[in-house]
Amino acid sequence: MAQLVIVDTGCANISSVYFAIKRLGVDAVISHNAKIIKAAAKVILPGVGTAHNAMAKLQQAELISTLQSLQQPLLGICLGMQMLNRDSMEGNVACLNLINGDVLPLQSAGLRLPHMGWNTLCDISSHPLMTGFTEQDYLYFVHSFAVAPSQYSLANCEYGTKFAAVIGNNNVIGAQFHPERSGKTGARLLHNFLEWQL
Amino acid sequence: MLAKRIIPCLDVRDGKVVKGVQFRNHEIIGDIVPLAQRYAEAGADELVFYDITASSDGRVVDKTWVQRIAEVIDIPFCVAGGIKTVDDAGKILEMGADKISINSPALVRPELITELNNSFGQQCVVVGIDSFFDVASGQYQVYQFTGDENRTQKTQWLTSDWVAEVQQRGAGEIVLNCMNQDGVRQGYDIAQLQRIRNLCNIPLIASGGAGSMTHFTEVFKQADVDGALAASVFHKGIIEIAALKAKLIADGISIRPR
Repeated sequence: MAQLVIVDTGCANISSVYFAIKRLGVDAVISHNAKIIKAAAKVILPGVGTAHNAMAKLQQAELISTLQSLQQPLLGICLGMQMLNRDSMEGNVACLNLINGDVLPLQSAGLRLPHMGWNTLCDISSHPLMTGFTEQDYLYFVHSFAVAPSQYSLANCEYGTKFAAVIGNNNVIGAQFHPERSGKTGARLLHNFLEWQL
Repeated sequence: MLAKRIIPCLDVRDGKVVKGVQFRNHEIIGDIVPLAQRYAEAGADELVFYDITASSDGRVVDKTWVQRIAEVIDIPFCVAGGIKTVDDAGKILEMGADKISINSPALVRPELITELNNSFGQQCVVVGIDSFFDVASGQYQVYQFTGDENRTQKTQWLTSDWVAEVQQRGAGEIVLNCMNQDGVRQGYDIAQLQRIRNLCNIPLIASGGAGSMTHFTEVFKQADVDGALAASVFHKGIIEIAALKAKLIADGISIRPR
């Protein structure tokens, strides 16, 4: 059976993502080997920290073109989601450009930053990744940068202003929140990703 | 709408959860992992683990339990205690902690806050502050090494000045532990929290003094804190998290239902 591979970005939330997947009964492989990532059935790109550092790590590991060329389902989490976009103003760095969006400072209209804690979704689409989600579900967010709502939004969130909570484009999905740390609702997104057939 | 957070705090000593009164006379409450799991299932929004011996003993928190918690817990958790370097913090985050909290080491070397921010991002840098109201001077003062009463000492910092300093250095969240209230269950220090709230543009977590469900309503409504941390009322079963959340929702506070 082809594997689920978690890209070893050297970032901090890799083991939480690994354990969250394991709680769903799947033993993932953690790797920064391009060959293993290319051969995966599905790929998860976790990320915590700054876009600048994380992109530098992907570059060092020579994984940028590998990730850009994936045809199988790819899920970016938090900073991993932000890196799927064209660029990030956090350190003014070019990103993977798999989704046409820009990562900008979250315009929170005076609300405290970082946006840290449990928040609800709105504008939930009918995409298979959003199966079972309602506007009453809470997910755990921790971030100060965000992607604006767009045609790629599968769900948005509101904190002073609306921003994209989940984005998608063909085989590529990104979640701004931490599904691995969002209780049963977060596990639902991971479950939906595991079940997802392109 | 962003929910206010209910945060059980588990003080850890030698791999066991303990609780003292005003930081003293620690009694064992139970094993970490089952307690953590129980709180997560009961609806806790986040957990904090303080290795209260670490800063005083010059030890780093025992790493194995961090990973055991990360395996079973599906809510965010923060680890505190004896984290003195970027390397210490990195190891704990790699094992699955979502945030690290520093207290005494930040007072010894405030640059650590900036270093952690640069290495891991602002979101995982929590600064814990032990603040004591000195009746004689009428001022709130920061204390360090509070895990060991023989080493507990007053610092040069007034709490308000230290709160400004840690924000300027890049902290992502502040846990303000009001030492006069700790463990005595007479309510949070609303006056102090209100004062610090006005100086604090990052998330602020109230700690010390929770004794009844009403205390939680008061601290959210009157001091506008982002989260309320408590230990003994949860460990001793005085407050049940699901009932607390139901009451807070009824009181009109934005809360994630269980």
